Amino acid sequence: MTVGKDVSALFPDVVNCMQTDNLELKKLVYLYLMNYAKSQPDMAIMAVNTFVKDCEDPNPLIRALAVRTMGCIRVDKITEYLCEPLRKCLKDEDPYVRKTAAVCVAKLHDINAQLVEDQGFLDTLKDLISDSNPMVVANAVAALSEIAESHPSSNLLDLNPQSINKLLTALNECTEWGQIFILDCLANYTPKDDREAQSICERVTPRLSHANSAVVLSAVKVLMKFMEMLSKDLDYYGTLLKKLAPPLVTLLSAEPELQYVALRNINLIVQKRPEILKHEMKVFFVKYNDPIYVKLEKLDIMIRLASQANIAQVLAELKEYATEVDVDFVRKAVRAIGRCAIKVEQSAERCVSTLLDLIQTKVNYVVQEAIVVIKDIFRKYPNKYESVIATLCENLDSLDEPEARAAMIWIVGEYAERIDNADELLESFLEGFHDESTQVQLQLLTAIVKLFLKKPTETQELVQQVLSLATQDSDNPDLRDRGYIYWRLLSTDPVAAKEVVLAEKPLISEETDLIEPTLLDELICYIGTLASVYHKPPSAFVEGGRGVVHKSLPPRTASSESTESPETAPAGAPSGEQPDVIPTQGDLLGDLLNLDLGPPVSGPPLATTSVQMGAVDLLGGGLDSLMGDEPEGIGGPNFVAPPAAAVPANLGASMGSGLSDLFDLTSGVGTLSGSYVVPKAVWLPAMKAKGLEISGTFTRQVGSISMDLQLTNKALQVMTDFAIQFNRNSFGLAPAAPLQVHAPLSPNQTVEISLPLNTVGSVMKMEPLNNLQVAVKNNIDVFYFSTLYPLHILFVEDGKMEAVSSRLQGSNIFTVAKRNVEAQDMLYQSLKLTNGIWVLAELRIQPGNPSFTVRLPAPALPALGCLLPCAGQPLLPSLLPRAGVSLMGALAQLGWGPSEPDVNEHQNSEPSFQLSPIRLPR
Amino acid sequence: MSASAVFILDVKGKPLISRNYKGDVAMSEIEHFMPLLMQREEEGALAPLLSHGQVHFLWIKHSNLYLVATTLKNANASLVYSFLYKTVEVFSEYFKELEEESIRDNFVIVYELLDELMDFGFPQTTDSKILQEYITQQGNKLETGKSRVPPTVTNAVSWRSEGIKYKKNEVFIDVIESVNLLVNANGSVLLSEIVGTIKLKVFLSGMPELRLGLNDRVLFELTGLSGSKNKSVELEDVKFHQCVRLSRFDNDRTISFIPPDGDFELMSYRLSTQVKPLIWIESVIEKFSHSRVEIMVKAKGQFKKQSVANGVEISVPVPSDADSPRFKTSVGSAKYVPEKNVVIWSIKSFPGGKEYLMRAHFGLPSVEKEEVEGRPPIGVKFEIPYFTVSGIQVRYMKIIEKSGYQALPWVRYITQSGDYQLRTS
Repeated sequence: MTVGKDVSALFPDVVNCMQTDNLELKKLVYLYLMNYAKSQPDMAIMAVNTFVKDCEDPNPLIRALAVRTMGCIRVDKITEYLCEPLRKCLKDEDPYVRKTAAVCVAKLHDINAQLVEDQGFLDTLKDLISDSNPMVVANAVAALSEIAESHPSSNLLDLNPQSINKLLTALNECTEWGQIFILDCLANYTPKDDREAQSICERVTPRLSHANSAVVLSAVKVLMKFMEMLSKDLDYYGTLLKKLAPPLVTLLSAEPELQYVALRNINLIVQKRPEILKHEMKVFFVKYNDPIYVKLEKLDIMIRLASQANIAQVLAELKEYATEVDVDFVRKAVRAIGRCAIKVEQSAERCVSTLLDLIQTKVNYVVQEAIVVIKDIFRKYPNKYESVIATLCENLDSLDEPEARAAMIWIVGEYAERIDNADELLESFLEGFHDESTQVQLQLLTAIVKLFLKKPTETQELVQQVLSLATQDSDNPDLRDRGYIYWRLLSTDPVAAKEVVLAEKPLISEETDLIEPTLLDELICYIGTLASVYHKPPSAFVEGGRGVVHKSLPPRTASSESTESPETAPAGAPSGEQPDVIPTQGDLLGDLLNLDLGPPVSGPPLATTSVQMGAVDLLGGGLDSLMGDEPEGIGGPNFVAPPAAAVPANLGASMGSGLSDLFDLTSGVGTLSGSYVVPKAVWLPAMKAKGLEISGTFTRQVGSISMDLQLTNKALQVMTDFAIQFNRNSFGLAPAAPLQVHAPLSPNQTVEISLPLNTVGSVMKMEPLNNLQVAVKNNIDVFYFSTLYPLHILFVEDGKMEAVSSRLQGSNIFTVAKRNVEAQDMLYQSLKLTNGIWVLAELRIQPGNPSFTVRLPAPALPALGCLLPCAGQPLLPSLLPRAGVSLMGALAQLGWGPSEPDVNEHQNSEPSFQLSPIRLPR
Repeated sequence: MSASAVFILDVKGKPLISRNYKGDVAMSEIEHFMPLLMQREEEGALAPLLSHGQVHFLWIKHSNLYLVATTLKNANASLVYSFLYKTVEVFSEYFKELEEESIRDNFVIVYELLDELMDFGFPQTTDSKILQEYITQQGNKLETGKSRVPPTVTNAVSWRSEGIKYKKNEVFIDVIESVNLLVNANGSVLLSEIVGTIKLKVFLSGMPELRLGLNDRVLFELTGLSGSKNKSVELEDVKFHQCVRLSRFDNDRTISFIPPDGDFELMSYRLSTQVKPLIWIESVIEKFSHSRVEIMVKAKGQFKKQSVANGVEISVPVPSDADSPRFKTSVGSAKYVPEKNVVIWSIKSFPGGKEYLMRAHFGLPSVEKEEVEGRPPIGVKFEIPYFTVSGIQVRYMKIIEKSGYQALPWVRYITQSGDYQLRTS
């Protein structure tokens, strides 16, 4: 701002001007301070007095200005002095000052989060949500959202029906920007049932008539998300769909940049709910003066909306575009014609003839692009349009792009038996074999082998030539390998070669260019933001992506259903159970890669796979029938039953979820109950692992630890070759047997595996202590994730100090003593970890109070210090609250608990545990 | 949530002025913007959103300036773009023209405005009329007590100040309909829509409460007015200025509001009902390579005989290497505009039902040039006063103010061309 000159030397002089009564000068001095305070932190202190004074100025403009500027001075020493003035300003009588102060809390939090929490500013900020002035409410919401975004676990915006109501009221009154803040905040809320969702939708729909496109998009986000909860049979659902279309169309008359954002979002909306815009094809027709980025997006949406009803119009348009001059646009238009052919079967013939017309134009890039898409059409409709091959061959010489050449070669090889001079054509390509790109070389090799298998007599020489070119004269390992494979196949077993090389190919479908459903759902939650423009989840482009909570669409819940069902867990809730996905970092990667990730070696199949199917008849009787006739309602339409051979004979071994069911049975009998099992949590979201979703938990059963995994294939391709490895960890946990997934995992299939673990692996102290880093490999890639295992799986059976409480004993936690102090029950517990560490804990229970206090007061426990950093980490919540609940149950049985123990009630109101750790000398 | 910093760059990408709102993006990052823009433009992959490392640039261009917002987070992109456009609007209101020169001449006021428009990435007050009440171009002395925050800033009615006084209370209502048309080369209409706007010029004292009545079909159906006598119009998508009570409109289709002072756009609407193209063009463009181009254009007014289209301009594309133009028109005049490669045929007044003809002849060089040319469409501009294509009417405008003055509403209708394109073969 100073034309690049550093004027920080003038700091003292400028500060002297601060106490001016010229407002303009004051603003400039403040601006100067903002820019230079960081480089002169000591001198910045000089300004503090004036700031504090200005915060009490009778003019609200000055008060607001002072508090706004102070927040922008990112110097630690100053922030301390800021607290008092800020507190006053938050309660200022003038709303202009309050709204500025609200934003200042977010600023201060960004500099010193701890300070803000200690000073109780967050609570004041929450109170401002109920402020009488809508601007103040909007800024408070914005500030809270901002803070919550950087601290996903803070649970700042605990939205409930009352606060939602307040926000919806403020929505009608505040400025356009305030409306956006509020709508974005509403989008994070999960209504408890469809009725609430509907009533919020009703109050949000008027926003669709706002002149500001950003308000409209934010309202669309809320509606798209909450619609997920509405039943499709509802009249209101239909009404809402109708209301969404016109505003989306109108967004296309906005400025080009906003049009672009709108189009990228419409692309998502069309994939999620095609019915909204299915009649609006025409508005996506490209205009001559649209910017290129708008043109390309419109084209993409046109294809998504193409259907039998409108295909004629679409094709006429696409043909028009294909004769334009902008090369990129033309290429995309030609490609679009091919995609239409694949999408709308009835139109395929017309598309092919359109493409042939375009080939006749002889415009080089049009011809090449057309050939590439015709190859795809052949893949989709084999043996239907081969008559056009002759026309294609005429253009052989003009092809100079690798992709087009490869496509042409593929066509010649695939239909070699119908092309009389196929050998000549391929031979002509062979002349410059070494100058071709790898793509073309590989294709040529395969095509010639195909040709040989179809016409062995005439092409002996040709095939030998290409094999020697590929294997002897090439430096490319891929090409060489493929050459050798063909060579060996052909020389050892020509019949097998025929089966391999000429095998029937799976048909391609339109689905290949759709966004994967899980990602799509997440992106719908980010309508209007950068994520929706990039079509990538925020974690992919925001630094510190691990802190970002994955958003997902709320599940549909009818109001009649019990709200306690586990599926209704709020989607945006901070997820203690959500594991961090380990970023691909040098040292860790090296460590993991040193481990052998090869396919599992021999060994008895300890872990057995099974298709996930609700309650499986454990003892196998029903299994045959399950495999035989496809049971309805399982796996949906995409369910693919694995070949029967893949189901191993010995079902005596453990079987995923069935196992714990078995033990639940025994616990019902009441002798020695099994240890507590944490419900399965998603460890590796599908998004991070190219479609493989892993969820799991740890169990301890009669002395052995196992990891119960549930693998779900959410990708569109089959997964095979699973293997697992652990990184070194604090207790030396390691798989006791290789991961065995017998059948390949088809799309949408789920498999449950119990992986036995032992504790003889190499040891390395992890932070937190119970952190476990895991690598899972399949045919697609290697994925890394980390998870926290509950410590109690390591509690060994001989940790007992004195016999008591059967329930806790089940988890190998033993009671040492109990006493009653000031109407509180004190329980002293002991437990021992696999590596011989003893832990003593004091559990304080107040009758009638659902919260327990755990203390770890035992002295001189050498390794316990390292347990403490876990305080507040998911370890304890996952271990203790449940233990607490079961403890309550146990106490109730023994008649120790609160006078009228109501276990259900405690389960509803999650007992909160306060851990007051004492740091121990190591 | 939103922008971390806002920059205004000159046409070469040099920052003229900037404001760092959050301090999480180094201000030097902007140096990557221009090279990135050039690179993407060369690749033909230019988009309004660019990213360099962790930093995302959201930019718009206005005359010879780039307005760029940076962010590290998953910001609300639509909010940022509409904020940038709003900024342009505010600056334009302050300086008449927003361009490099006006930024350089008004550094101080630009800083003041940037400070008020956005705080920590959250847009704040962006209403230029209200801003002008407390950020003025003259230096302010504090003791005058003048420059206080107008209560309007934080009022629920944040767009109108109290205590406005006029001798004569009047409202001027302009109903303007733009016709967008896209016709393909063989003469079939691909897209025809009407985008209407209702603009108000308000000279009213105090805090008046206004209600606008239109012949809206939904409203007629609600109130049982939908007889054969009353012609009504079905508005497809209506957008309102923030002063209109949206929830009220949603309930009973009443358009009620407290207007800002002066000019503003009250509402806009869209209709995609097919109407006969108002001015229909038939064209024959014959190109004889190496010698000449012959153009014949026939224009026909397809609207009521009583109406007249004013200022009709029909622009017909010609090859860029054409020379020696010759024209013949049955009415109006034709002009060759070589810098745009078009012939513009202007007709001052074009009554409905009439048909006119223009012929043009161009020479072509004998050596053909290499690159292929696009086929720009024929564009038409016109304005038809006292007429709306959709048939929309203002039925009443009720003005109620507690002082009880009488105010006069004036209504004017006009239909004009919007994006009116006819493709050529």
